Amino acid sequence: MIHIIAFYLFAVLLIASAVLVIMSRNPVHSVLWLILAFFNAAGLMVLVGAEFIAMLLVIVYVGAVAVLFLFVVMMLDIDFAELRAGFVKNFPLGILLAVVLLAELVLGFGAYRAGTLKLGEADGTAATIAGRSNIESIGALLYGEYLFLFEAAGLVLLVAMIGAIVLTHRERTDTRGQNVSKQNKRRAEDATVNVKPEVGKGVTL
Amino acid sequence: MTDFSQSLALIAAEELLTVVGLVLLLCAAWMGDKASRMISIVAVAALVACAFIAAPALCGGLMGPERVAFMGQYTADAFAAFAKLLIYASGIASLIVAPRFFGQVGAMRAEYPILILFAVLGMNMMVSATDFLTLYIGLELNSLAAYVLASFLRNDERSAEAGLKYFVLGALASGIILFGMSLTYGFTGSTNFTAVALAMDGTLATGALFGLIFVLAGLAFKISAVPFHMWTPDVYEGAPTPVTTFFATAPKVAALALTMRVALGAFGTQVDAWQQIVIFVSLASIVVGALGAIGQSNIKRLLAYSSINNVGFLLIGLAAATQEGASAMLVYLAIYVAMSVAGFVVVLMLRDAEGRPVEVIADMAGLSRTRPALAWALAAVMFSLAGIPPLFGFWGKFVVFQAAVNADLIALAAIGIAASVIGAFYYLKVVKIVFFDEPANVVAESGESGVDALAHKVMLLIACLFISPLGYLLTPWLGELADKAAAALYFVG
Repeated sequence: MIHIIAFYLFAVLLIASAVLVIMSRNPVHSVLWLILAFFNAAGLMVLVGAEFIAMLLVIVYVGAVAVLFLFVVMMLDIDFAELRAGFVKNFPLGILLAVVLLAELVLGFGAYRAGTLKLGEADGTAATIAGRSNIESIGALLYGEYLFLFEAAGLVLLVAMIGAIVLTHRERTDTRGQNVSKQNKRRAEDATVNVKPEVGKGVTL
Repeated sequence: MTDFSQSLALIAAEELLTVVGLVLLLCAAWMGDKASRMISIVAVAALVACAFIAAPALCGGLMGPERVAFMGQYTADAFAAFAKLLIYASGIASLIVAPRFFGQVGAMRAEYPILILFAVLGMNMMVSATDFLTLYIGLELNSLAAYVLASFLRNDERSAEAGLKYFVLGALASGIILFGMSLTYGFTGSTNFTAVALAMDGTLATGALFGLIFVLAGLAFKISAVPFHMWTPDVYEGAPTPVTTFFATAPKVAALALTMRVALGAFGTQVDAWQQIVIFVSLASIVVGALGAIGQSNIKRLLAYSSINNVGFLLIGLAAATQEGASAMLVYLAIYVAMSVAGFVVVLMLRDAEGRPVEVIADMAGLSRTRPALAWALAAVMFSLAGIPPLFGFWGKFVVFQAAVNADLIALAAIGIAASVIGAFYYLKVVKIVFFDEPANVVAESGESGVDALAHKVMLLIACLFISPLGYLLTPWLGELADKAAAALYFVG
């Protein structure tokens, strides 16, 4: 019973906050509603027993992606009124795409239910270990069977980072940085000179 | 906890490349671009060491379950070793030619050898992949490094354009492969090649057929086969020439070896489903490659079309779908790498009086009178690429056509031979310009001296000796190695 109540609570809140994401006038409020939507989606994931995905949603999406959105929304000068005008113009096209997607889903599920679409049987290597949480199972797979690929995926990210630095990093020569040791080594006698300028001659520096 | 000691021993070359790459990255960070020569030398040494790791597996013709690592995700058999040796050779060549080219524009940076090392690591994973996940991660590791290398001259507009084009289209191709892989997984229940082949036996589900076609389409992009070849001339022209040397050789070998593993391994039980596609792609590549090259005025674009053309001939061996065809492809690949390296080293050695690279074909007119050795080398490369008999390039085409004829694909072989005549036209046009036209006197009369120039000459000499008629002395040895590698590919445990 508590399951069902929790499900409807999360589901209703999720859809409501998702609607508010696109309806609210202030873009910062949109992002805040998006964060609420992520939290509710995480709740739904916990209900179906996928706590790892729930944690990912909170840590990655709320913690990183949504905060990034917030920064972007606040930093960039985007004319949201203009974007919204485009929304009304493209609304029929959007509806059309949604209908096509829905039809595809209905057809796919229909064929699967009728038994004409036969999917492959999973070989069971990635199945949850009995009596363990799925976080433990995913960990055992990533650091066990898929250790090699996991490490290689890390190298892919490293190469992406090297690439970003190679293509964008420029040594600035026109900035004048502070040289602390040079400053400390400098003495008063190096910096000041006594001159006795003659009248009408000026000084050489 | 599973015991990985055997698996870790099998991926020794990958481990070496990773450790050397990471250490060199730290060196680059601390010592800056001054250390790029030292880093290049260490990178070449690492690749030579990797070649010594791979060679015993090839010479011993190793295959079977004891060469499989990480529960079927990775296979270090003779086939992988053959492809790896070609990849290491291409990697070494593109490391050696880099300092002089980048030095000219003051853009030699320490990251170049490091990115080449990581690209080679990715290609190692590609040719050893016996699981779709290994395939994809290897492919991405290689591609990401390649995108950066293509736009390595970031102040050069063409280089930046090449990198961006390669990145956008490459990402699209990766998406297509991923979509195909997900369909294949959904309809077969596994990502392992052996398991996929087993599940696909019998009648093929429509969904699985879609998966197969998407995977092959994505791979066709990576080997730049028609109709997915559009990016090749632009990227080859825009990328710095040492990088183009790399693109024309190593990733081609890796992607073709990967295509062989996927087509003959994972989809090996459904040859009828993909044979027609491969026949079409191969003929289209031969014809489009040959016709497209005719109008080109830039030698790098010409070589790009030539590589499309050669991929078409290579795919004839795949269309045969026999062990003989696979062996013929490997022989052709080895010759193709030597021809490409020789061709691009000649291009790299062509410089005008101010030391700027010469890429326009018309500027090479009368090269035979000013730089006879270079002209003869270029002629050898062109004749070899055209497959004219006394040169070794003919042998590659010959074995591929022989495999096609033995697999009862006589029509395919006949059309292929006829189309290779179109290709001969533009190769001979270059030879005509170089030998018989009035000298344009753009190319500097004598090359500069120094270690780098000497390295270019030595590499050109080795590659030219390989593609010269002397190369035929190697045919028994090369054929035997390719047979061992093909046997490993066809090994059924």
